Amino acid sequence: MISQFFVLSQRGDNIVFRDYRSDVQKGSAEIFFRKVKFWKEDGKEEAPPVFNLDGVNYFHVKVVGLLFVATTRINLSPSLALELLQRIARVIKDYLGVLNEESLRKNFVLVYELLDEVVDFGYVQTTSTEVLKSYVFNEPIVVDAARLPPLGPAALFMQGTKRMPGTAVTKSVVAHEPGGRKREEIFVDIIEKISVTFSSSGYILTSEIDGTIQMKSYLTGNPEIRLALNDELYIGKGGISSYDYSGSSGTGAVILDDCNFHESVHLDSFDVDRTLSLVPPDGEFPVMNYRITQEFKPPFSINTLIEEAGSLKAEVILKIRADFPSSITANTILVEMPLPTCTTR
Amino acid sequence: MAPPAQSQRSPSPSQPSGCVGMLTSEGDLGCGEMAKLVNCSFVFSATQTLGNADKNSDDSNSRNTNPHFGSNRKGEVSDLKMQLRQLAGSRAPGSDDTKRELFKKVISYMTIGIDVSSVFSEMVMCSATSDIVLKKMCYLYVGNYAKHNPDLALLTINFLQRDCKDEDPMIRGLALRSLCSLGVANLVEYLVGPLGSGLKDGSSYVRTIAAVGVLKLYHISASTCVDADFPALLKHLMLKDKDAQVVANCLTSLQEIWSLEASTSEEAAREREALLSKPVIYYFLNRIREFSEWAQCTILDLVSKYVPSDSDEIFDMMNLLEDRLQHANGAVVLATIKVFLHMTLSMTDVHQQVYERIKAPLLTLVSSGSPEQSYAVLSHLHLLVMRAPFIFSSDYKHFYCQYNEPFYVKKLKLEMLTSVANESNTYEIVQLRPKSLGSISVTELCEYVANVDIPMARESIRAVGKIALQQYDVNAIVDRLLQFLEMEKEHVTAETLVLVKDLLRKYPQWSQDCIAVVGNISSKNVQEPKAKAALIWMLGEYAQDMQDSPYILESLIENWDEENSAEVRLHLLTAVMKCFLRRPPETQKALGAALAAGVADFHQDVHDRALFYYRLLQYEVSVAERIVNPPKQAVSVFADTQNNEIKDRIFDEFNSLSVVYQKPSYMFTDKEHQGPFAFSEELGNLSISAEPADSVVAAQRVEENDQDLLLGTSEKEESQGSGNNGSAYSAPSYNTTGAAQPQLDLVSLDQLSTVHTSGSLAIDELLGLGMPAATEPSPAPLPSDLKLNAKASLDPKAFQQKWRQLPVSFSQEISIDPEGVAAMATPQALPQHMQSHSINCIASGGQAPNFKFFFFAQKAEESSSYLVECIINSSSCKVQLKIKADDQSTSQAFSEMFQSVLSKFTLP
Repeated sequence: MISQFFVLSQRGDNIVFRDYRSDVQKGSAEIFFRKVKFWKEDGKEEAPPVFNLDGVNYFHVKVVGLLFVATTRINLSPSLALELLQRIARVIKDYLGVLNEESLRKNFVLVYELLDEVVDFGYVQTTSTEVLKSYVFNEPIVVDAARLPPLGPAALFMQGTKRMPGTAVTKSVVAHEPGGRKREEIFVDIIEKISVTFSSSGYILTSEIDGTIQMKSYLTGNPEIRLALNDELYIGKGGISSYDYSGSSGTGAVILDDCNFHESVHLDSFDVDRTLSLVPPDGEFPVMNYRITQEFKPPFSINTLIEEAGSLKAEVILKIRADFPSSITANTILVEMPLPTCTTR
Repeated sequence: MAPPAQSQRSPSPSQPSGCVGMLTSEGDLGCGEMAKLVNCSFVFSATQTLGNADKNSDDSNSRNTNPHFGSNRKGEVSDLKMQLRQLAGSRAPGSDDTKRELFKKVISYMTIGIDVSSVFSEMVMCSATSDIVLKKMCYLYVGNYAKHNPDLALLTINFLQRDCKDEDPMIRGLALRSLCSLGVANLVEYLVGPLGSGLKDGSSYVRTIAAVGVLKLYHISASTCVDADFPALLKHLMLKDKDAQVVANCLTSLQEIWSLEASTSEEAAREREALLSKPVIYYFLNRIREFSEWAQCTILDLVSKYVPSDSDEIFDMMNLLEDRLQHANGAVVLATIKVFLHMTLSMTDVHQQVYERIKAPLLTLVSSGSPEQSYAVLSHLHLLVMRAPFIFSSDYKHFYCQYNEPFYVKKLKLEMLTSVANESNTYEIVQLRPKSLGSISVTELCEYVANVDIPMARESIRAVGKIALQQYDVNAIVDRLLQFLEMEKEHVTAETLVLVKDLLRKYPQWSQDCIAVVGNISSKNVQEPKAKAALIWMLGEYAQDMQDSPYILESLIENWDEENSAEVRLHLLTAVMKCFLRRPPETQKALGAALAAGVADFHQDVHDRALFYYRLLQYEVSVAERIVNPPKQAVSVFADTQNNEIKDRIFDEFNSLSVVYQKPSYMFTDKEHQGPFAFSEELGNLSISAEPADSVVAAQRVEENDQDLLLGTSEKEESQGSGNNGSAYSAPSYNTTGAAQPQLDLVSLDQLSTVHTSGSLAIDELLGLGMPAATEPSPAPLPSDLKLNAKASLDPKAFQQKWRQLPVSFSQEISIDPEGVAAMATPQALPQHMQSHSINCIASGGQAPNFKFFFFAQKAEESSSYLVECIINSSSCKVQLKIKADDQSTSQAFSEMFQSVLSKFTLP
């Protein structure tokens, strides 16, 4: 049960404020912002997503630079509150197509309408865009998507205009196309976050993949969709001895350490032929999350060489090698090298 | 006194509207206001964007402190009012669109905190429309202002009631929701009818809203809600309705209503308990997949309080819920895990299997969500790792930090690495693993130390030190720490010095190695008070091994006036004393200077300590030696580890904020907000009694200590040191070696004896013992030779379980001294009295004339417990006793004892 929900801009302005239980003081948004902004005097430590101030618990998540905040006085499950905030953000994005400060400001009446249906008297009712569609009547005012920030992970391997990652789609689930025609579309993204630690000599120390299969559906009539995964997919290290496959990555077997699925996914035939069947609800949702620690070939390898050249000077040589076919291009690659603040070029 | 020009510009929000702010500048502003105006205009001149306009309105939020600002807005608002009035009766085509625009503007003002309640009647007039979007905006507006303008709210009743009968279920639902959200006490009579029909509505949408509406009504007027018999209706709906969301809302509403009602009504308490009966629980469990993920969380939370009758039932339930662990929503997974963990608490093997089973889903959740969600899950993982480090010891790589993670995630991961590393070393010897896991983690941690991120580096050093303090094999780690000192980075040196000091207190055998390195550190490079204090302590403690010690101290004393930290000055005094006692000729001069400076110091503690040393030396040097520099025992356990009771309490509250804050809920929530089912339901309408004062003190202390773990020890030394005048070193060791310390006899003997007479609490305070109820003087002589454990402890859950399982071994009604009854006026008097005889109160409640208490006691040196239900009627002076005991044979003896103790209860 939450008491209030509000969205603050980076500067701390109230964009949306909804009080559900009126048992937390009205000025909570300001109190919250002050606390987050000046968490530690040196400003170097970030405020944790959950904290307690004078008996009020504040939860917040950061989405595209906006702060989505919920307050409560009870000892609530933190996962529930944070998950809810994330979902609210997602629902709003489904409706507005683009989630940013401008679109929120232009559509705040719609957002209030959504909030009324999502939470009643502090209790969550539904966060499904599909269900909400029948209760919500405001039409979104679409914001020009041209000035959007880069797309994030999905933009990396974007090629041409033919294939477009679902995260790049800035179309509202309810807005009509010009001409009244609705395009039957569904977007399926596989987004993998790869974490690899290389030793100074270039060997892989640790490697992990956190993956998500994300869907964004604009299909009408709720047809059933079947999603076939790799036949040689195993779940859990216990299922198959990983030693059998070490060094034989050519067999194509994929061993997931663990995975979880969206509510709508039926796993009836998953054990037989690795097929997921689902009736995709409207809007964006993760079909499946998974985790792999099996050995794999990372897309990039990195090599560093540091030489001390004099007492106040060091030379760093950083080599990055792309280990994938030249037919694929990788965009928006960012290399970051943390250095002490006293460093100059 | 015209306001400055810029301030006339109205920062119009969102749409460039037709109604430009008309400023009716009020002529007679006072000087004070003028100042505000200037201030205000300054802000304004920079703004045209909505963002900054919000900032200003935030200021005006505090009830329009700025009159000018108010009037400016008033201009716009009155303009809006006029336009709305014109439109009110209009049925012309397109008028709805205009209305929408106007309504939007009103709501945008409302959002940024401008009072637009003056257009209330116009809004209501305009709401006569079939446009649902308009209606919704109007409802939102009404809901916001009705509470504080009850007269205006009355205006809306009519149209809301009419809408409640609309043929469109959407409008019926919306109107009902708004009606219930008005929150005006004298309008509740209008709510009962629509709510009643809402609960029976054909549309499930209306019913879901009505189910929550009942709860809203309860909060406005509990009696109206109960008198209309709504809870019973909800219960019926909960068990019969076909729509899952209706059922879920009935459940949440009933939980809240009955929990609140339970304090006054026996029946509600019974009803609340009935929610946990087998049929209800199974009803929910069997159809759990029909519910939304959020409702599933509510149900799982309910299930976690259910006590299955046998292990078959437990396995059935776990099989049923097994697939919930694969849910993508972390809240569902954690709620399921709570059910699993709590059900299997008494089945050790299965409990371990549960840990194995939940590991993978938890790790997946950590890596799949946003950093905020990972944080919530990691906090729970952290708790589990602390409880069972060895189960997670092979997963240590998951706790490695990634460079781009937020600090709060890294910090948790570091703590987990520490706790995983310590246990696994023991395990590794058994399993003969080739490489030491401990050292792997330490290697990883050492990488973090070199991090450019300073807070991160500090945390890492603390983590390394913590591993060292927990392990027996510290050789490699001490080497590492000493290497840190050679890195010559100020923050690293500072953090490491504090750790080296603590290490030396635990492992004095390492002193030679450490001192060699520490001796090389120039005191000029150490500025942080804690680090400086640590260095000075080492200089004093190991004066005979460090060649330069007296001279370094001397140079520090020369700069006495520039030393801002009293902590450092106190340490300096003690160190120079120690040094003097070991190397008198070299230190004499420094000591004289230090004492002179100390006595002249403006800080009371420093002054007192200097004077104390001075007089001590005057009296007898050998006595000073025994006080300031006694032989020391190595510290085996530092006192700052959280006590087990608190840890268990947190574990009981799994999947709640307690886990994130690492403290039980009573420390951060007010009683009224502890939520439905916060108390064990078996205890009926009773609330868990306030903790005995001393245990709260202890708990807070634990919390403080926990905040800065190792660093905390030096501070504690300080506070305790000042308690017994002098030797800072001896204080923490009380916890392990008790009162056998020689210096205790010397210095604080008289203090202690006064403490004994003045009450037990003070001892706690003085010695920092974290044991609740542990310090009572030996129990008064008792009628039988039954001895009770003075430190008995039992958590409410276990109590409740026992109470259910055990048969009543003794039941009687007895009379009680009227004087004792009179003393009942002070609520804590009886529990305190009983506690002084080692009988602890676990819950109490009731109102005159009936009071109900639950007590428990444990036999000394045995875990056999006695549970007592004691209902006292203060008007008839009768007491009904029910006693249950693990050991039936002694229950008679215990009941005699209990009665005799009770009979001694009179006015204090």
